[in-house]
Amino acid sequence: MTSGESVTVAAPDRKRPHRLAAMLRSQMRNIAPFLTLICLFGFFAAASPSFATLDNFGNILTQISVTGIIAVGLTFVILCAEIDLSIAAIANVTGIAVAYFTLQESYVNIANVPMPGWAAILLALALCALLGLVNAFGLTVIGIPSFIMTLAMMQIAAGISALLVRGQIAYKVPPLVTTLGSTSIGGIPWIVIVAALMLLGGHLVLTYTRFGRYVYMVGGNREAAEYSGLNVKLILGSVMVISAVCAGIGGMLGVAHFGSAQQNEFDTYLLDSIAAVVVGGTSLFGGRGGIGNTIVGLFVLGVLNNGLDHVNIDSFLKILIRGLILLAALVINVYAQRLRERTAD
Amino acid sequence: MQSARQPILELHEITKAFGGVEALRGVDFALTAGEIHGLVGENGAGKSTLMKIIAGVHADFSGRFVLDGRETRFRSVRDAHAAGIAMVHQELSVAPDLTVAENVFLGSQPTNRLGLVQWRRMAREAGEQLKRFGIDVDPMSRLGDLPIGLQQLIEIARVLFSGARIIILDEPTSALSPPEVERLFATLRQLRDEGTSIVFISHFIEDILRVSDVVTVFRNGRKVAEAAASETSKLALIEAMIGKGREALEETYTHDIMLPPPTDQPVVLNANGLTLAGRLREVSFEARAGEVLGIYGFMGCGQLELARILFGKIKPDIGTLAVAGNQKAFRSTADARRSGIAFVPESRRDMLFHQEPVYKNISISVLDRISSLLLKPSRERAIATRQVDQLRIRPAAVELDLGMLSGGNQQKVALAKWLSYPPRLLVLCEPTRGMDVGAKNDVIHIVRDLRAKGLAIIVLSTEPETVLSLADRVIVLKRGAVVREFANEQISKDRLLEAA
Repeated sequence: MTSGESVTVAAPDRKRPHRLAAMLRSQMRNIAPFLTLICLFGFFAAASPSFATLDNFGNILTQISVTGIIAVGLTFVILCAEIDLSIAAIANVTGIAVAYFTLQESYVNIANVPMPGWAAILLALALCALLGLVNAFGLTVIGIPSFIMTLAMMQIAAGISALLVRGQIAYKVPPLVTTLGSTSIGGIPWIVIVAALMLLGGHLVLTYTRFGRYVYMVGGNREAAEYSGLNVKLILGSVMVISAVCAGIGGMLGVAHFGSAQQNEFDTYLLDSIAAVVVGGTSLFGGRGGIGNTIVGLFVLGVLNNGLDHVNIDSFLKILIRGLILLAALVINVYAQRLRERTAD
Repeated sequence: MQSARQPILELHEITKAFGGVEALRGVDFALTAGEIHGLVGENGAGKSTLMKIIAGVHADFSGRFVLDGRETRFRSVRDAHAAGIAMVHQELSVAPDLTVAENVFLGSQPTNRLGLVQWRRMAREAGEQLKRFGIDVDPMSRLGDLPIGLQQLIEIARVLFSGARIIILDEPTSALSPPEVERLFATLRQLRDEGTSIVFISHFIEDILRVSDVVTVFRNGRKVAEAAASETSKLALIEAMIGKGREALEETYTHDIMLPPPTDQPVVLNANGLTLAGRLREVSFEARAGEVLGIYGFMGCGQLELARILFGKIKPDIGTLAVAGNQKAFRSTADARRSGIAFVPESRRDMLFHQEPVYKNISISVLDRISSLLLKPSRERAIATRQVDQLRIRPAAVELDLGMLSGGNQQKVALAKWLSYPPRLLVLCEPTRGMDVGAKNDVIHIVRDLRAKGLAIIVLSTEPETVLSLADRVIVLKRGAVVREFANEQISKDRLLEAA
């Protein structure tokens, strides 16, 4: 009896130094992005007096909101070790669709179909959900890799956008969308509140629901998930739809935020969203990371973009700097994954 | 007669270890020109390791390697190729997306002076070579479109006609039909008569006896017998392979074991005429509650595919499954789980989440029973803790990442995930492979407990000991078909080996 107890106590003790080191190493992917954020913040605060102000903090929050809304869905997809390249195009087409179903000013030369605001919003949401379903169908039923499937969807969504606006610009969206996209309450922009709520919702789903657990398990080891009797295809299909709907909401609010709906309006949001998720430390190999990481990633990108405007740098150089920082984050991502695998073996 | 000739290849005192485990312990081996040399031995006896040393795959070993009377040492497979040694490995290694001709000439395509591939010449020569081997296919068709047996023949043909003077074939016949085996043997004899030396490894002892001139037997990394094929028999070879009466460890299963009379418990699973192109032929059996059905066969006999059909991972071409009398056509593994079937694959890596804590590994299969929308982590931990206690998983810490556990304990976790809500049928592939004796015994006890609780259990293994230690009834699979059923009778390891 006593000998049995001493064995169980001794075993973890013997392994403690190893486990502590392993734990630090396994937390590498969470620590590194956070350190990156602190370094960037410190650098810009020192370099520019206008950076570290409450006003500017509000700017950063507003600037990352649309990316944040889109990145919620993308986090689900990347956690499953898939990718969605159609998010920006779906955001764009959803924003255009909601304008297409709204009465425009007489000078806007678009043959649109005016409807009540609620109907326009529902139709736009149905459109992005449908495009997500097509992604899901291609990925799970036909078996097209998500990279290729969503690349095709990117073109399809861009094509629908082009057909709807035909090179013109629409300005009006339903009042609810206008409110959420471009007005504030108590000094806080609604779009920041929506982004925060969606990030919170995504976090709750991933952390506290059965579906969230399945997402992590499918991403962690798809084979094992299947051999555990999970419906892997259903889960993969669901995350593609979630991603498309998040992108669609981001697109609608984005159109209100920018004040116009036109072709190619969201092109930069594809890379920004992927960068936010990955820079934050969510593994491209799936199963590791989460909304918390995405939030850190969003701030890294937001601080970087905003900060570079505050310091006196050649605006063409900014693009290169962004690229280099993204590369550094990806290197850390792969490296952290390798460290973890070594500890798991 | 052979000894009169000068050996072209001699190995002396070869020893090779993998991470402290000795795979070969001081083995001598000689090969003469123009002979077919058969190698037999159980899994892990060291046959493949020795052949990989000859083929230059393993470069670090101790001992002397003498080729053509000169001591040499290969540093890579390229060195071995240059010396005229080629090997067909156990696992199919073809490029399915290339044409038949490209596969035949893989790495040595005929080129013109500009370095461009001469497609027409390649197709013509490939076609001629394959015809000589009795294979009549369009050399420009995609290899992956052909049946598995034909792909294997083409891979063999590539090596046979590569001009090598020493050819090693590791389990070449596992996916071949009887006429294809005949064709292969005819070609091997022809090559031998032309002066080529051939090493032939197989689990099929009849095949070895029919085609070989000399047979060598391996056991536990040692060469234990060598005899002219005409002067030995299947029984003598099996005895040498398993070391009857000589090694205490093996002894348990060399004695006869009495299988119990058939149970009259209800049938849980009924498999009827399961057929999968090139893999399984009309496999039918039933599994009953409170009974362990063992399915034994050599590697490549179709076990892995059969197990995956039972769990809805692959669909049979023909044939039906019925669970408790109801016909089922599983569209996914989730369907099979809902029907009360649990599955543990042969590889733990495919079953477990190494980066997740133990309790999540255990609860994954029952989450939908304990929670509808929100997770209940305390329930999960309680369930996991109970399983950890019952199966004596060590260390008994459900928060620990699974990757920190030993292999035997991981295997127990793979079982534990199915046991918190016992299934109707448990399908276990190689449940004790690679485990130490203690963990093996634990698993055996767990399986017996489950049987006592009325589960139907199917154990699939390529290890006779595993089947003998667990099964109440045994069916033997050979080249995708059921060839023998043992029930209510005496059974022993050599009978099992003989049937396969």
